[in-house]
Amino acid sequence: MTQRLPPQPGEWIDRSRTIEFVFEGKTYPAFVGDTVSSALWAMGERVLGRSFKYHRPRGILSHANQDVNVMLEDGTRTNLRGDVLPVEAGMVLKAVNRLGSVERDFYAVLDWLSPFLPVGFYYKTFHRPKALFPFWEGVIRRMAGLGALSPHAPRSETTKRHAYCDVLVVGAGPAGLSAALTASQGGARVILVDENPRIGGTLSYDHGGEKHALDTLRALQARIANEANIRVCVNTTALGYYADHLVPLACPNGLEKVRASKVIIASGAFEQPAVFRNNDLPGVMLGSAAQRLIHRYAVKPCERAVVLAGHDLARRVTLDLIAAGVEIAAYVELRETADCRWAEQRGIPVYRGYCVYEAYGKKSVEGVEVCLWDGQGRADVTRKHRIACDGVVMSVGWAPAAALLYQSGCQMRFDETRQQFLPARLAEGIYAAGRVNGNFGLEAALADGERAARNALGLAIGSDRVDDAGYSHPWPIIDHPRGKNFIDFDEDLQLEDFANAIQESFDNIELLKRFTTVGMGPSQGKHSNMNAIRVLSRIRNQPIAEVGTTTSRPFFHPVPLGLLAGRSFDPERLTPLHAWHLAHEATWVSLGGWQRPAFYGSDRASAIVDEVMAVRTAAGLIDLSTLGKFEIRGPQAGLFLERFYTGHYQNQAIGSTRYAMLLDETGVMVDDGIVARLAEDFYYVTASTSNAAAVYREMTRCQQIWGLDATIINLTGSYGALNLAGPLAPQILAALLSKHRLERLNGAEQLEIAGVVCRLLHVRFVSEIAYEIHAPARAMLALWEAIHSEGAPHGLKPFGIEAQRVLRLEMGHFIIGHDTDGLTHPFEVGLDWALAHDKPDYLGYRSLRILKRKPLKKRLVGFTLTQPPDVLPDECCLVLRDGAIVGRVTSIAHSPTLNRTIGLAYVAAEDAVPGATFVIRHQHGMDILATVVPRPFVGEAR
Amino acid sequence: MPLNLLKFALSKRHPEPPFFRQPDYLNPSYEVVIIGGGGHGLATAYYLAKDHGITNVAVLERGYLGGGNTGRNTTIIRSNYLTPEGVAFYDAGVKLWENLSQELDLNLFYSTRGHFTLAHTESAMRTMRWRAEINKKMGVESEVVGPETVKAAIPQIDLSCGGRAPILGALYHKPGSIARHDAVAWGYGRAANRMGVHIFQSTEVTGLEIRQGRIHGVHTRRGMIRTSKVLSAVAGFTPRITQMAGFRTPIVVHPLQACVTEPLKPWLNTIVVSGSLHVYVSQSSRGELVMGASLDPYEVHSTRSTFDFVEGLASHILDLFPFLAGIKVVRQWAGMADMTPDFAPIMGLTPVKGLYLDAGWGTWGFKATPIAGKTMAATIANDKPHALIHAFRLERFRDFELTGEKGAAAVGH
Repeated sequence: MTQRLPPQPGEWIDRSRTIEFVFEGKTYPAFVGDTVSSALWAMGERVLGRSFKYHRPRGILSHANQDVNVMLEDGTRTNLRGDVLPVEAGMVLKAVNRLGSVERDFYAVLDWLSPFLPVGFYYKTFHRPKALFPFWEGVIRRMAGLGALSPHAPRSETTKRHAYCDVLVVGAGPAGLSAALTASQGGARVILVDENPRIGGTLSYDHGGEKHALDTLRALQARIANEANIRVCVNTTALGYYADHLVPLACPNGLEKVRASKVIIASGAFEQPAVFRNNDLPGVMLGSAAQRLIHRYAVKPCERAVVLAGHDLARRVTLDLIAAGVEIAAYVELRETADCRWAEQRGIPVYRGYCVYEAYGKKSVEGVEVCLWDGQGRADVTRKHRIACDGVVMSVGWAPAAALLYQSGCQMRFDETRQQFLPARLAEGIYAAGRVNGNFGLEAALADGERAARNALGLAIGSDRVDDAGYSHPWPIIDHPRGKNFIDFDEDLQLEDFANAIQESFDNIELLKRFTTVGMGPSQGKHSNMNAIRVLSRIRNQPIAEVGTTTSRPFFHPVPLGLLAGRSFDPERLTPLHAWHLAHEATWVSLGGWQRPAFYGSDRASAIVDEVMAVRTAAGLIDLSTLGKFEIRGPQAGLFLERFYTGHYQNQAIGSTRYAMLLDETGVMVDDGIVARLAEDFYYVTASTSNAAAVYREMTRCQQIWGLDATIINLTGSYGALNLAGPLAPQILAALLSKHRLERLNGAEQLEIAGVVCRLLHVRFVSEIAYEIHAPARAMLALWEAIHSEGAPHGLKPFGIEAQRVLRLEMGHFIIGHDTDGLTHPFEVGLDWALAHDKPDYLGYRSLRILKRKPLKKRLVGFTLTQPPDVLPDECCLVLRDGAIVGRVTSIAHSPTLNRTIGLAYVAAEDAVPGATFVIRHQHGMDILATVVPRPFVGEAR
Repeated sequence: MPLNLLKFALSKRHPEPPFFRQPDYLNPSYEVVIIGGGGHGLATAYYLAKDHGITNVAVLERGYLGGGNTGRNTTIIRSNYLTPEGVAFYDAGVKLWENLSQELDLNLFYSTRGHFTLAHTESAMRTMRWRAEINKKMGVESEVVGPETVKAAIPQIDLSCGGRAPILGALYHKPGSIARHDAVAWGYGRAANRMGVHIFQSTEVTGLEIRQGRIHGVHTRRGMIRTSKVLSAVAGFTPRITQMAGFRTPIVVHPLQACVTEPLKPWLNTIVVSGSLHVYVSQSSRGELVMGASLDPYEVHSTRSTFDFVEGLASHILDLFPFLAGIKVVRQWAGMADMTPDFAPIMGLTPVKGLYLDAGWGTWGFKATPIAGKTMAATIANDKPHALIHAFRLERFRDFELTGEKGAAAVGH
């Protein structure tokens, strides 16, 4: 049986293209343009999903992404929303969260058990006996959850872009269209956004049985198309409002982050369900849902409808139904005083002052019971009328789609006469228009859009006056002793759940939300929050304005992680010598974003020994281009460094190097490096690779505060560096300079090596004799190759970061961040000599003075293992003294030079004397004895 | 099906009494006033009544119960800290957690899942070893494990992280758990209330009555209360209280954000943290993925959300679990984290006699709810810091005796 209507003017389906898809194992036809829900409804299917808690059959409620009755999965994707998912040929879909099939869901037994499972039941049970909770938790976890995940789903690679405009209009209904046109004609660049596949909003479905709306839409469409200033984004959701008019858009192919000078929110209103028993039976739907089915998808919502009306717009819905050939079994008007003559004139049975007491039917609605009611929820059940029907169309009220307004800081007030929250005070640059602003009628919405745009452009002084009437019934909620009158369809929350929660003290809107979980489901309260607020207001006897709303948080609709993440970028820094290392079979390690040679060749153990021994017996060459490199220039450059580092630099001789230690304000070591003075007002400073960016940031931060006459230039990327180390290093360097020049070398100077202007610094980190040579990145390869080819015949080898660590350990040097932690101060590592005590101030000085007075608890020492175990203790194994933790091992390695195990460790201060022994707790549990030895571990082998 | 569900079906009216009755008026005086109706404040009230028999207590809450960081965190409970003092404190906390549902007779969904802190770099592996060794020494179950153990527990994980940050290993902490955060506040509130503690919501404190360095009372929007003992347990609002009290702490407030996805059928049975990728994630009993990341890098006293947070978090989550690309984030939110320089809390006495501080809970406060309540109650009752919180005293900043827990923070903040 098909319920497809003859072609409707303005329909969204393409009847020339029929496709097929599978739902729950059965193949269905559809037209291109159909949603999954519309296609299934057209084929007479009614049970499209199962509810979250009780597994009740569910069909179309809003057909507009305001509920999640229809949640689907296709084996790869899950939690797809059938109401807005376009059908594609070959789709194979099933409903989520059911056992068996959507028609016969074995979990539906829970619907019968529902009296056992009132609101918050899970807080009250399953925790006794304690041992059984893991079992019950497993059951609950399996029952909860919606879709099942596929671990094979691909990572998406969608794009992100930024966009800017004068006016962003959210919502392309009549108000939004009118606002966009007005703004564009006023010279503004406009972005117009709508989540639907086509613009038009209510114009595309709310026709009231006439042609006027469609004619208006066509005229507006034509005008929009002529405006070059308007960019229309359909199928696009404005995800939220963030500070300074940032509105991210979820577009079909990616994310677009829009900064707008002005934002016009014309996001409309969500139609709200009436609350009566079995209001969730398939076939019970919102008036707007029925209209969408008819006009967008040419699907007849039902054959014989009962219309439940609570306001005057219900008339338009009824006329649309009649025009689509639906028989109106009854027009049930909640308001006793409403004028229903138009319906009576058409021969429709009118029940004025009646309510729908309950709907009945097995898997879809088969009829309703209507009776008189008091307008306050209580039905007069003494005289019930049974009316057979296969559809109930609810048209009782609205709630503004005000999420973005709330997020922008707009204050909303509850208008009692219109029964709607309306903007009271808008944030700067934010405007509201249309239904979200209380203007429902077409003319009012058009006028309101124009007014908002004129306000936004400063064209005229408009007012935010709401001209239209209200279209929300104050209490569309009907008590029923047997419940199943749902307020939140996502979470299966019935009216009595709210009374019960409030009885249990959850009588504040935020607590009520958290206890009942109302509005916490995927549709975020779009169809439930308003009725929940009404119920709380009624029970607490508090005006709605005082009850308030819960905080509105992004997102407007849930958004896929892949869209938020976009393409993944993997920035990687390469040194100027990368190609050379590659050609020489470097094994790589990623450090601080840089790719660096760990060692050369593939045999780690032997490579490290060879490289270490080359440095000790001949010479070695390492690429240090990753170091932080800064020039500090200016008359107060020395003063700047004195305030920044712990040492003296103003009296530093030109052509010399000094150690530089950086502390934070608490006296903790942050970084160290070398300061070379190259001229009177010119210093060259290095920082460790991992801290280069942080040191530069701290330098510039301090300079902002101090305002000294000094300039900081970051050369980290534009300069490279290498270290030539070992006993033969002078000989190799001499060949490239001259012996004479070599003998006159200062500790630091600028000179030419192999035709390259470099900066040469003496740095004894890995070896007693070592030259650190810095040069512009583009010249590094020539420099490196010149040194390498000169040195290779003498036994020079390139060495990597692993050998460097062993070499520095043999030299007894610590590495900040490796041998120190977030609390280590210089006294603990024996760096007292590096601290000036006669400067007015420097970073961390105040703390140092306090720390100096305190007895040291632990100290860093060098140690050796006399009887090393087969597996060495890991770095960070504990140092114990009388069974208590006093420190830890920070570095440990086998020294190829000494052929024994050496390391650095924090030990109790009283043990920090050569010859003392201490205990290391091995990671495998045994205790190992270590002996404190003086540093450096090695003298230079000559 | 447990028998006590029967009562729901068999009784005509909903059989449950109120969780907490709210008196209409403040008494003119209380023995103890607790500022802050979050988990910590309510737990302190509970243990004051239960352990020390002090029931003449008022809990003042500016908004609604558990509406601050109690209801905004990612609910992770663990004790794999870095300092012996921290490990001892949080371990005592875990032991309280284990029986808390039964003690409060409220199912807190305390769910022991196991906790993996992933290491993607050699230096992170070193920190894991350090934590593991300290933990083992203190009798806490933690161990450094290899990538194969991670894969066995979380078969879906991409160990290479898309090739960007291969997982070298992890710190595995078996007792790592999650719980239903709101229920913790409700459970403590209900139990304290039943023993006579008064709870006032929507009751903001506007000032402190301090004379000669001693607390004499609390001014609120609903009037003044005389008292000689006041606890401030207000997380991100701590600077406002200490400003009223006239002393300073080194606390700075940064927003900490989190987000949650749509419910999914269970697939992630452990808690996964990656310091290098700045993410932590677990799956709630409802099936949502609850995810968090680093602090916002600047001081702001606000709970606004930012978009760049959720973009960064999404990218890093997909590095671990690329198949989540189609899974939707439902909402994001923020809390105000009261950060201390050493990433340990500030607990105990203050320069004002009779004013006690339970603050500096930064990004790590939820797990401490029971033990903070227990130790603060003892501290208030005896006017002497409980032994477990000695390392967290305020004076440690003056004395340079910090309790460095930065290395044990969930992610690099």
